Amino acid sequence: MRFAPGTLVRACVPDPDHHTRLPRYVRGQVGEIIEAQGACRLPDDRARGIAPPREEMVYAVRFPAAALWGTGTHTVTVDLWESYLEEAG
Amino acid sequence: MGEQHADMPVAARVRRLEERVIAAGLATDEELDLVLARLYAGASPVNGARIVARAWADPGYAQRLLADGNAAAAELGLAETVTGYRLKAVANEPGRHNMIVCTLCSCYPVSLLGPSPSWYKSLAYRSRAVREPRAVLLEFGLELPEQTKIAVWDASAETRYLVLPDRPDGTADLPEDDLAALVTLRGLIGTAAV
Repeated sequence: MRFAPGTLVRACVPDPDHHTRLPRYVRGQVGEIIEAQGACRLPDDRARGIAPPREEMVYAVRFPAAALWGTGTHTVTVDLWESYLEEAG
Repeated sequence: MGEQHADMPVAARVRRLEERVIAAGLATDEELDLVLARLYAGASPVNGARIVARAWADPGYAQRLLADGNAAAAELGLAETVTGYRLKAVANEPGRHNMIVCTLCSCYPVSLLGPSPSWYKSLAYRSRAVREPRAVLLEFGLELPEQTKIAVWDASAETRYLVLPDRPDGTADLPEDDLAALVTLRGLIGTAAV
């Protein structure tokens, strides 16, 4: 597990030329690791028929609405594979 | 394919896709029917409502549910029902309301909630739930106090979410079956209070 709960992480910005499960609306945004959910097969590899697909830890990452949309007091928690994230420092 | 969708434009597209799959020798019609039959056998919001009612009746169960949804479902004989995904229950409480969406497609715990409502799969719900949940809830008839924090959960990976609604006032004396009858599908998704 690379990211402990409470760690601030930034979602990757580049748009891959293949399938991914990193929603566009969180790309480049900073959120907080809420929990590690266990390792799962990476959909980016599965969709391309890469065998065996990489297995990576999936994290629940909470983003404040104001960061995502410039407005709003709610939070949005998104489940993201480890390679979608980097430490925000 | 569910009969309630037979007259929708998407039904013809799904059928064409099925025909391509069958023509390519990837599956037979019977196998496709079997997959759907297995998916929907016993799939009902009654399952989710039973879990919620037990959590309301038994605080110890509520704690176990929030810690490990799959194990808590298994306690009610739902181990086979909750399989193939990690179940995470998120609890409403005074001042905090949870709401579930899948922005990328329509991920949803079918076996606990039954077939998903068409609005859950709509582009409008999927795009607006993460952006303006309070306005969306208002359109569902749920007006939350201004100070209530809204937590939206986007089921973008392998976890499936279930909202544990706050127990309604005046239900202290109700037996568990009556409590379960109060729980609605929209309450389990978070677009209703209960």
